[in-house]
Amino acid sequence: MEGQQKNKEKNKYSIIVPTYNERLNIALLVYLIFKHLRDVDFEIIVVDDGSPDGTQEIIKQLQQVYGEDRILLRARPRKLGLGTAYVHGLKHASGNFVVIMDADLSHHPKYLPSFIKKQLDTGASIVTGTRYVKGGGVHGWNLMRKLTSRGANVLAHTLLWPGVSDLTGSFRLYKKSVLEDVISSCVSKGYVFQMEMIVRASRKGYHIEEVPITFVDRVYGSSKLGGSEIVEYLKGLAYLLLQWSAIRNISSDK
Amino acid sequence: MKHIIKIITLLVAISAFWIGLLQASVIPSSHTWLLPIYFIVSLGCYGLLMVGVGLMRFPTCPQEALLLQQDIVEAKDFLKQKGVDVGGSD
Repeated sequence: MEGQQKNKEKNKYSIIVPTYNERLNIALLVYLIFKHLRDVDFEIIVVDDGSPDGTQEIIKQLQQVYGEDRILLRARPRKLGLGTAYVHGLKHASGNFVVIMDADLSHHPKYLPSFIKKQLDTGASIVTGTRYVKGGGVHGWNLMRKLTSRGANVLAHTLLWPGVSDLTGSFRLYKKSVLEDVISSCVSKGYVFQMEMIVRASRKGYHIEEVPITFVDRVYGSSKLGGSEIVEYLKGLAYLLLQWSAIRNISSDK
Repeated sequence: MKHIIKIITLLVAISAFWIGLLQASVIPSSHTWLLPIYFIVSLGCYGLLMVGVGLMRFPTCPQEALLLQQDIVEAKDFLKQKGVDVGGSD
Protein backbone atom coordinates (compact mmCIF):
# COMPACT_ATOMS: atom_id res chain seq x y z
CA MET A 1 0.00 0.00 0.00
CA GLU A 2 2.81 2.36 0.90
CA GLY A 3 4.67 1.42 -2.24
CA GLN A 4 1.59 2.22 -4.24
CA GLN A 5 1.39 5.62 -2.61
CA LYS A 6 4.99 6.27 -3.59
CA ASN A 7 4.34 5.24 -7.19
CA LYS A 8 1.39 7.51 -7.35
CA GLU A 9 3.55 10.46 -6.49
CA LYS A 10 6.26 9.59 -8.96
CA ASN A 11 4.02 8.85 -11.93
CA LYS A 12 2.84 11.54 -14.26
CA TYR A 13 -0.13 11.15 -16.56
CA SER A 14 -0.45 13.02 -19.83
CA ILE A 15 -4.05 13.18 -21.00
CA ILE A 16 -4.24 13.71 -24.76
CA VAL A 17 -7.55 15.07 -26.03
CA PRO A 18 -7.99 15.73 -29.76
CA THR A 19 -10.60 18.42 -30.47
CA TYR A 20 -12.44 19.92 -33.38
CA ASN A 21 -15.20 22.43 -32.60
CA GLU A 22 -15.58 21.41 -28.97
CA ARG A 23 -15.46 24.80 -27.23
CA LEU A 24 -18.14 23.97 -24.69
CA ASN A 25 -17.30 20.29 -24.19
CA ILE A 26 -13.58 20.85 -23.65
CA ALA A 27 -14.24 23.35 -20.86
CA LEU A 28 -16.61 20.94 -19.12
CA LEU A 29 -14.17 18.09 -19.62
CA VAL A 30 -11.25 20.00 -18.13
CA TYR A 31 -13.33 20.92 -15.08
CA LEU A 32 -14.36 17.30 -14.58
CA ILE A 33 -10.79 16.01 -14.97
CA PHE A 34 -9.54 18.41 -12.30
CA LYS A 35 -12.47 17.46 -10.09
CA HIS A 36 -11.81 13.73 -10.25
CA LEU A 37 -7.99 13.64 -10.32
CA ARG A 38 -7.04 15.40 -7.13
CA ASP A 39 -3.86 13.79 -5.77
CA VAL A 40 -2.35 12.79 -9.09
CA ASP A 41 0.29 14.55 -11.16
CA PHE A 42 -1.10 15.09 -14.63
CA GLU A 43 -1.24 17.40 -17.62
CA ILE A 44 -3.90 17.82 -20.29
CA ILE A 45 -2.66 18.11 -23.86
CA VAL A 46 -5.30 19.47 -26.19
CA VAL A 47 -4.58 18.82 -29.85
CA ASP A 48 -6.91 21.19 -31.68
CA ASP A 49 -7.21 20.89 -35.44
CA GLY A 50 -7.83 24.56 -36.16
CA SER A 51 -11.43 24.69 -34.90
CA PRO A 52 -13.26 27.70 -36.32
CA ASP A 53 -15.58 27.91 -33.28
CA GLY A 54 -13.01 29.40 -30.90
CA THR A 55 -12.03 26.23 -29.06
CA GLN A 56 -8.50 27.59 -28.73
CA GLU A 57 -9.75 30.81 -27.09
CA ILE A 58 -11.51 28.72 -24.47
CA ILE A 59 -8.34 26.70 -23.88
CA LYS A 60 -6.43 29.93 -23.22
CA GLN A 61 -9.09 31.01 -20.72
CA LEU A 62 -8.84 27.62 -19.03
CA GLN A 63 -5.06 28.02 -18.85
CA GLN A 64 -5.64 31.22 -16.87
CA VAL A 65 -7.75 29.28 -14.36
CA TYR A 66 -5.75 26.08 -14.04
CA GLY A 67 -2.24 27.06 -15.12
CA GLU A 68 -0.37 26.81 -18.39
CA ASP A 69 1.72 23.92 -17.14
CA ARG A 70 -1.39 21.80 -16.52
CA ILE A 71 -3.23 22.50 -19.77
CA LEU A 72 -1.12 22.47 -22.92
CA LEU A 73 -2.48 23.66 -26.21
CA ARG A 74 -0.75 21.97 -29.10
CA ALA A 75 -2.76 23.08 -32.10
CA ARG A 76 -2.46 22.03 -35.70
CA PRO A 77 -3.48 24.22 -38.64
CA ARG A 78 -6.32 22.03 -39.97
CA LYS A 79 -8.07 18.68 -39.71
CA LEU A 80 -5.35 16.09 -40.06
CA GLY A 81 -6.91 12.95 -38.64
CA LEU A 82 -7.20 11.18 -35.32
CA GLY A 83 -4.17 8.90 -35.46
CA THR A 84 -1.74 11.71 -36.21
CA ALA A 85 -3.37 13.82 -33.49
CA TYR A 86 -2.20 11.26 -30.92
CA VAL A 87 1.29 11.16 -32.44
CA HIS A 88 1.38 14.95 -32.29
CA GLY A 89 0.20 15.07 -28.67
CA LEU A 90 2.60 12.31 -27.72
CA LYS A 91 5.59 14.38 -28.87
CA HIS A 92 4.73 16.96 -26.22
CA ALA A 93 3.83 14.54 -23.42
CA SER A 94 6.08 14.73 -20.37
CA GLY A 95 4.37 12.00 -18.34
CA ASN A 96 5.40 8.35 -18.18
CA PHE A 97 1.78 7.37 -18.78
CA VAL A 98 -0.56 8.62 -21.47
CA VAL A 99 -4.35 8.63 -21.38
CA ILE A 100 -6.31 9.14 -24.55
CA MET A 101 -9.96 10.11 -24.45
CA ASP A 102 -12.61 11.87 -26.50
CA ALA A 103 -13.53 15.49 -25.87
CA ASP A 104 -17.27 15.10 -26.42
CA LEU A 105 -18.04 13.91 -22.84
CA SER A 106 -18.96 10.41 -23.97
CA HIS A 107 -15.95 9.43 -21.86
CA HIS A 108 -16.44 10.61 -18.28
CA PRO A 109 -13.30 11.62 -16.33
CA LYS A 110 -14.70 10.00 -13.19
CA TYR A 111 -13.31 6.70 -14.49
CA LEU A 112 -9.73 8.00 -14.62
CA PRO A 113 -8.94 6.94 -11.03
CA SER A 114 -10.04 3.37 -11.78
CA PHE A 115 -7.74 3.26 -14.84
CA ILE A 116 -4.83 4.46 -12.71
CA LYS A 117 -5.61 2.10 -9.86
CA LYS A 118 -5.92 -0.87 -12.22
CA GLN A 119 -2.56 -0.04 -13.74
CA LEU A 120 -0.88 0.29 -10.33
CA ASP A 121 -2.43 -2.97 -9.10
CA THR A 122 -1.55 -5.08 -12.12
CA GLY A 123 1.44 -3.32 -13.67
CA ALA A 124 -0.32 -3.51 -17.04
CA SER A 125 1.10 -1.80 -20.12
CA ILE A 126 -2.36 -0.82 -21.32
CA VAL A 127 -5.63 -0.35 -19.45
CA THR A 128 -8.57 -0.12 -21.80
CA GLY A 129 -12.10 0.98 -20.95
CA THR A 130 -14.77 -1.51 -21.90
CA ARG A 131 -18.49 -0.84 -22.32
CA TYR A 132 -19.49 -4.47 -22.63
CA VAL A 133 -19.00 -5.89 -19.13
CA LYS A 134 -20.84 -5.64 -15.84
CA GLY A 135 -20.60 -2.10 -14.53
CA GLY A 136 -20.17 -0.69 -18.02
CA GLY A 137 -22.77 0.35 -20.52
CA VAL A 138 -23.90 2.55 -23.35
CA HIS A 139 -26.58 5.21 -23.43
CA GLY A 140 -28.20 6.77 -26.46
CA TRP A 141 -27.94 4.03 -29.08
CA ASN A 142 -30.93 2.79 -31.04
CA LEU A 143 -31.56 -0.86 -31.84
CA MET A 144 -29.83 -0.66 -35.23
CA ARG A 145 -26.70 0.81 -33.66
CA LYS A 146 -26.65 -1.89 -30.99
CA LEU A 147 -27.18 -4.62 -33.58
CA THR A 148 -24.31 -3.37 -35.76
CA SER A 149 -22.06 -3.05 -32.74
CA ARG A 150 -22.80 -6.59 -31.54
CA GLY A 151 -22.42 -8.05 -35.03
CA ALA A 152 -19.11 -6.28 -35.53
CA ASN A 153 -17.90 -7.50 -32.16
CA VAL A 154 -18.79 -11.16 -32.76
CA LEU A 155 -17.14 -11.04 -36.17
CA ALA A 156 -13.96 -9.50 -34.80
CA HIS A 157 -13.75 -11.94 -31.91
CA THR A 158 -14.30 -14.97 -34.13
CA LEU A 159 -11.67 -13.87 -36.62
CA LEU A 160 -9.04 -12.00 -34.60
CA TRP A 161 -9.07 -13.52 -31.08
CA PRO A 162 -8.00 -10.20 -29.60
CA GLY A 163 -8.35 -11.01 -25.91
CA VAL A 164 -10.18 -7.77 -25.04
CA SER A 165 -13.93 -7.27 -24.99
CA ASP A 166 -14.17 -3.74 -26.41
CA LEU A 167 -12.11 -3.26 -29.55
CA THR A 168 -13.35 0.07 -30.84
CA GLY A 169 -13.48 1.96 -27.56
CA SER A 170 -11.01 4.80 -27.33
CA PHE A 171 -10.75 5.53 -23.61
CA ARG A 172 -7.39 4.02 -22.73
CA LEU A 173 -4.32 4.41 -20.56
CA TYR A 174 -0.93 3.46 -22.01
CA LYS A 175 2.60 3.34 -20.74
CA LYS A 176 4.17 6.05 -22.83
CA SER A 177 6.81 3.80 -24.37
CA VAL A 178 4.15 1.23 -25.28
CA LEU A 179 1.96 3.80 -27.00
CA GLU A 180 4.96 5.07 -28.96
CA ASP A 181 5.80 1.54 -30.04
CA VAL A 182 2.27 0.56 -31.05
CA ILE A 183 1.24 3.81 -32.69
CA SER A 184 4.23 3.81 -35.02
CA SER A 185 2.99 0.68 -36.76
CA CYS A 186 -0.65 1.71 -37.13
CA VAL A 187 -1.99 2.93 -40.45
CA SER A 188 -5.80 2.87 -40.10
CA LYS A 189 -8.07 5.86 -39.74
CA GLY A 190 -11.15 6.66 -37.70
CA TYR A 191 -12.37 4.11 -35.22
CA VAL A 192 -10.71 1.23 -37.08
CA PHE A 193 -7.55 2.88 -35.76
CA GLN A 194 -8.62 2.07 -32.18
CA MET A 195 -9.15 -1.55 -33.13
CA GLU A 196 -5.78 -1.75 -34.89
CA MET A 197 -4.02 -0.27 -31.84
CA ILE A 198 -5.38 -2.81 -29.39
CA VAL A 199 -5.04 -5.82 -31.72
CA ARG A 200 -1.42 -4.93 -32.50
CA ALA A 201 -0.65 -4.38 -28.82
CA SER A 202 -2.20 -7.73 -27.97
CA ARG A 203 -0.20 -9.52 -30.69
CA LYS A 204 2.99 -7.86 -29.55
CA GLY A 205 2.38 -9.51 -26.21
CA TYR A 206 1.74 -6.43 -24.09
CA HIS A 207 -0.14 -6.91 -20.84
CA ILE A 208 -3.63 -5.46 -21.31
CA GLU A 209 -6.20 -4.98 -18.54
CA GLU A 210 -9.79 -3.77 -18.72
CA VAL A 211 -11.96 -1.54 -16.55
CA PRO A 212 -15.70 -0.99 -17.05
CA ILE A 213 -16.76 2.42 -18.35
CA THR A 214 -20.08 3.87 -19.38
CA PHE A 215 -20.51 5.63 -22.67
CA VAL A 216 -23.08 8.37 -23.07
CA ASP A 217 -23.40 9.18 -26.74
CA ARG A 218 -22.73 12.83 -27.41
CA VAL A 219 -25.46 15.13 -26.23
CA TYR A 220 -25.12 17.57 -29.12
CA GLY A 221 -25.03 16.35 -32.70
CA SER A 222 -25.43 12.74 -33.72
CA SER A 223 -22.68 10.21 -34.16
CA LYS A 224 -23.01 8.70 -37.56
CA LEU A 225 -22.82 5.06 -38.51
CA GLY A 226 -23.60 4.58 -42.20
CA GLY A 227 -22.82 2.03 -44.88
CA SER A 228 -19.39 3.50 -45.49
CA GLU A 229 -18.39 3.01 -41.83
CA ILE A 230 -19.37 -0.65 -42.07
CA VAL A 231 -17.30 -1.07 -45.25
CA GLU A 232 -14.34 0.64 -43.53
CA TYR A 233 -14.73 -1.72 -40.59
CA LEU A 234 -14.74 -4.84 -42.77
CA LYS A 235 -11.70 -3.56 -44.64
CA GLY A 236 -9.94 -2.97 -41.34
CA LEU A 237 -10.81 -6.48 -40.20
CA ALA A 238 -9.42 -8.02 -43.40
CA TYR A 239 -6.30 -5.88 -43.11
CA LEU A 240 -5.66 -7.06 -39.54
CA LEU A 241 -6.16 -10.67 -40.56
CA LEU A 242 -3.30 -10.32 -43.03
CA GLN A 243 -0.86 -8.70 -40.61
CA TRP A 244 2.17 -10.40 -39.13
CA SER A 245 1.82 -11.09 -35.44
CA ALA A 246 3.97 -11.21 -32.32
CA ILE A 247 7.21 -13.06 -33.01
CA ARG A 248 7.95 -11.45 -36.33
CA ASN A 249 7.25 -7.98 -34.99
CA ILE A 250 9.61 -8.26 -32.06
CA SER A 251 12.49 -9.85 -33.96
CA SER A 252 12.34 -7.19 -36.68
CA ASP A 253 12.24 -4.42 -34.12
CA LYS A 254 14.53 -1.84 -35.73
CA MET B 1 3.00 -15.60 -38.24
CA LYS B 2 0.17 -13.99 -40.10
CA HIS B 3 -3.07 -14.38 -38.23
CA ILE B 4 -4.91 -15.62 -41.30
CA ILE B 5 -2.44 -18.54 -41.45
CA LYS B 6 -3.47 -19.62 -37.95
CA ILE B 7 -7.08 -19.71 -39.08
CA ILE B 8 -6.25 -21.56 -42.28
CA THR B 9 -4.22 -24.08 -40.27
CA LEU B 10 -7.23 -24.67 -38.07
CA LEU B 11 -9.45 -25.19 -41.12
CA VAL B 12 -6.94 -27.58 -42.70
CA ALA B 13 -6.80 -29.58 -39.46
CA ILE B 14 -10.57 -29.86 -39.44
CA SER B 15 -10.62 -30.91 -43.11
CA ALA B 16 -7.93 -33.51 -42.45
CA PHE B 17 -10.02 -34.92 -39.64
CA TRP B 18 -13.02 -35.05 -41.96
CA ILE B 19 -11.10 -36.81 -44.74
CA GLY B 20 -9.82 -39.23 -42.12
CA LEU B 21 -13.41 -39.98 -41.18
CA LEU B 22 -14.34 -40.50 -44.81
CA GLN B 23 -11.47 -42.95 -45.29
CA ALA B 24 -11.98 -44.86 -42.08
CA SER B 25 -15.75 -45.01 -42.60
CA VAL B 26 -16.46 -45.38 -38.88
CA ILE B 27 -19.82 -43.82 -39.52
CA PRO B 28 -21.75 -44.29 -42.80
CA SER B 29 -20.15 -42.15 -45.50
CA SER B 30 -23.47 -40.62 -46.50
CA HIS B 31 -23.48 -38.95 -43.06
CA THR B 32 -19.84 -37.97 -43.26
CA TRP B 33 -20.42 -36.17 -46.56
CA LEU B 34 -22.94 -33.90 -44.84
CA LEU B 35 -20.63 -32.94 -41.96
CA PRO B 36 -19.16 -29.79 -43.61
CA ILE B 37 -22.69 -28.47 -44.11
CA TYR B 38 -23.47 -29.11 -40.46
CA PHE B 39 -20.23 -27.33 -39.59
CA ILE B 40 -21.10 -24.22 -41.58
CA VAL B 41 -24.68 -24.19 -40.31
CA SER B 42 -23.56 -24.48 -36.69
CA LEU B 43 -20.99 -21.71 -37.22
CA GLY B 44 -23.80 -19.50 -38.52
CA CYS B 45 -25.99 -20.45 -35.58
CA TYR B 46 -23.18 -19.63 -33.18
CA GLY B 47 -22.81 -16.21 -34.76
CA LEU B 48 -26.53 -15.45 -34.63
CA LEU B 49 -26.79 -16.74 -31.09
CA MET B 50 -23.88 -14.60 -29.90
CA VAL B 51 -25.35 -11.49 -31.54
CA GLY B 52 -28.76 -12.31 -30.04
CA VAL B 53 -27.41 -12.88 -26.55
CA GLY B 54 -25.28 -9.76 -26.86
CA LEU B 55 -28.31 -7.70 -27.86
CA MET B 56 -30.47 -9.08 -25.05
CA ARG B 57 -27.83 -8.43 -22.42
CA PHE B 58 -26.64 -5.16 -23.96
CA PRO B 59 -25.66 -3.07 -20.92
CA THR B 60 -27.35 0.32 -20.89
CA CYS B 61 -26.96 3.18 -18.46
CA PRO B 62 -29.79 5.75 -18.64
CA GLN B 63 -28.90 7.00 -15.14
CA GLU B 64 -25.45 8.01 -16.42
CA ALA B 65 -27.00 10.50 -18.86
CA LEU B 66 -28.79 12.18 -15.93
CA LEU B 67 -25.64 12.26 -13.81
CA LEU B 68 -23.77 13.79 -16.74
CA GLN B 69 -26.37 16.56 -17.03
CA GLN B 70 -25.86 17.37 -13.35
CA ASP B 71 -22.10 17.45 -13.86
CA ILE B 72 -22.53 19.78 -16.82
CA VAL B 73 -24.60 22.24 -14.79
CA GLU B 74 -22.06 22.13 -11.96
CA ALA B 75 -19.14 22.63 -14.35
CA LYS B 76 -20.84 25.54 -16.12
CA ASP B 77 -21.51 27.31 -12.82
CA PHE B 78 -17.91 26.95 -11.71
CA LEU B 79 -16.42 28.02 -15.03
CA LYS B 80 -18.72 31.04 -15.33
CA GLN B 81 -17.51 32.20 -11.90
CA LYS B 82 -13.92 31.86 -13.07
CA GLY B 83 -14.63 33.96 -16.15
CA VAL B 84 -14.49 31.20 -18.74
CA ASP B 85 -16.94 31.82 -21.56
CA VAL B 86 -19.18 28.75 -21.50
CA GLY B 87 -22.45 30.32 -22.61
CA GLY B 88 -23.70 30.93 -26.08
CA SER B 89 -22.52 28.01 -28.12
CA ASP B 90 -24.47 24.82 -28.87
